[in-house]
Amino acid sequence: MSSSADIGIWGVPLAILGGAIRVSTPFLFVSLGECLTERSGRINLGLEGTLIFGAMAGYAIAYESGSAWFGVLAAALAGALFGLFHGWICRFKGVNDIAIGIAMMLLGMGLAFFFGKPYIQPVAPDLPAISFGWWSENPQLRAALQINALFLLGVGLAIFLHWMFRATRIGLTIRVVGDSTDAARAIGLNPNRVRLLSTAAGGALAGIGGAYLSLYYPGSWNEGISSGQGLMAVALVIFARWNPIYCLWAALLFGGAGALGPALQSVGVTSGYYLFFAAPYVLTLGLLILASSPDKALEGAPGELSITK
Amino acid sequence: MTTASGQKGGQFLAQGLPRLEAVVIPIGALLTGALIFSGFLLALGKSPAEFFALIYKAGFSSPFSWQNTLSRVAPLLFAGLCVALPARLGLVVIGGEGAIVLGGLMAAITAGLMLGTPSWLGLPLMALAGAAMGGLWIAAIGWLRIKRGVNETIASLLMAYIAIAVMNHLVEGPFRDPASLNKPSTAPLPEALRVGDMPIGIDVHWGFAFGVLACVLSWLLIDRSTIGFAARIAGDNIRAAQVQGLPVGKLILGFTALGGACAGLAGFFEVTAIHGAANASLVAGYGYTGILVAFLARHNPLAIIPVATLLAGIEASSGLIQRRMDLPDATILVFEGIVFVVLLLSETLYGKIPLFKHGFWSKP
Repeated sequence: MSSSADIGIWGVPLAILGGAIRVSTPFLFVSLGECLTERSGRINLGLEGTLIFGAMAGYAIAYESGSAWFGVLAAALAGALFGLFHGWICRFKGVNDIAIGIAMMLLGMGLAFFFGKPYIQPVAPDLPAISFGWWSENPQLRAALQINALFLLGVGLAIFLHWMFRATRIGLTIRVVGDSTDAARAIGLNPNRVRLLSTAAGGALAGIGGAYLSLYYPGSWNEGISSGQGLMAVALVIFARWNPIYCLWAALLFGGAGALGPALQSVGVTSGYYLFFAAPYVLTLGLLILASSPDKALEGAPGELSITK
Repeated sequence: MTTASGQKGGQFLAQGLPRLEAVVIPIGALLTGALIFSGFLLALGKSPAEFFALIYKAGFSSPFSWQNTLSRVAPLLFAGLCVALPARLGLVVIGGEGAIVLGGLMAAITAGLMLGTPSWLGLPLMALAGAAMGGLWIAAIGWLRIKRGVNETIASLLMAYIAIAVMNHLVEGPFRDPASLNKPSTAPLPEALRVGDMPIGIDVHWGFAFGVLACVLSWLLIDRSTIGFAARIAGDNIRAAQVQGLPVGKLILGFTALGGACAGLAGFFEVTAIHGAANASLVAGYGYTGILVAFLARHNPLAIIPVATLLAGIEASSGLIQRRMDLPDATILVFEGIVFVVLLLSETLYGKIPLFKHGFWSKP
């Protein structure tokens, strides 16, 4: 008797839960990064490119060094460089941060595919997972509770960022700069520098999200590794009202939507595969429509953010 | 008499200098991008001279290479318009790929419903179906912007992913030709519903002519009509346009619909002139190259024609560059990315170069 018959239809929610945790991690990192950047009053639409470059850099360095964690570090560094570059360009007058994001998305993808070509075949070490299902005999439950360390790190980071924005000097500085450039200047802050650093940190987090893709799930590098997660994460931040804790819940929700197709497939539902594949995009768009408002500024939105003006 | 000619000269300068600036700065950005990319190649031990010589050879040197280039121009013209038309209203719509894919699919489905129809009736109906589908798809983004304030850039990209999933679903399911085994496709179009080549001696399909026509018509609309004038005012300042009583909502709907219709036509021509059926080949990235085309052309429909031709030639040379220089296929993407970034950076130069200032020339 196969194990899937043991728990029958309950396999679907279980697979979705396990899948949600697995699939949500890149969303979580990219959205936390974007949240940080947007709180400083700038939008980085190029995180999709950063994510893909991070996936490539993480995989390549993990393969060359033999350590998955070196790969994660390299992806974070590469992401930070992309963020610094974005932040540096945006300080020039007349440069549109949304358009620069589109260009950086193309450039990041181009560079990742260019340098990643030799790494499509080799196998790099994986990131380790922690088993939280040791107490159960059920293999499906055990599989669902294989949780990667990066996910836990992401949860910790969400809580940390939340605390940072509320209770620390750095958090307050970022918020002031994000709400009003003039007010920030008046109290002696340098808005461009704060935004530069926030964009760099955001890029580093997006790079880590990419490394998770190539080093854990799905766990290999190829040119189709990201299917718009970087972009969806940007939309997710709007839905999460620029709150890191909400980003965590939203990322889990998106992960669940992404896991819906494979979960149904695993119990034999195969028709409409491509439509389930579209579920995260439809969900994102739906939430974006619900979260937006035609006449008043969005609740919780940083005042200087070009996307909500 | 001297004052009259002086005034005339002043007027000429006042109109000509901004135009000259809008030509010189993008070309300078293109050359700077090429220079930075040359440094990138040199750092990898490859020859930039060989790279650019191969682009010339594969894209622009012979009737055969022009054929190669021009057959790729049509979708770029239409995709460029899909970005440039909404841009007149200040909207950054970058999901043209979705409208191309669904427009092509709709054209193929329409053809499947009217097998045996003569060309003169069938082709216009297919084009109409493709354009209507694309128009509705992008206009929906404009509508969401007006009604809900949804950011059009993100919405359009999400819609592009959704469009590709819908196309895959329909092509693998309800509209699949059972004979298409390896690559699920709609039924192949009958010969009567295929668009042929123009009678110009090289094999370039009619999409090129219609693409150029669409650019010229778009230019007339934007530059020479009251609607275009209203759109430009709204693009500069939405609030001011509303105070003036301009129908901003209708303008947004109209321009996004027109842009989407252009992208839909790109899909129609891809299906009827190139692939002969709708399948995953429609997802070729023209929608994304179209973004770069529109920005390089500064959203001027007439400038889209030479810019699209240049980029089509560069993309046409990709295969030769891969083989001769042993470079990955993403090389062109890196080149385009660098040019795009430098181009956007060059926006900061407008109004800062003394050469293009009126005072530089009129002072004694």
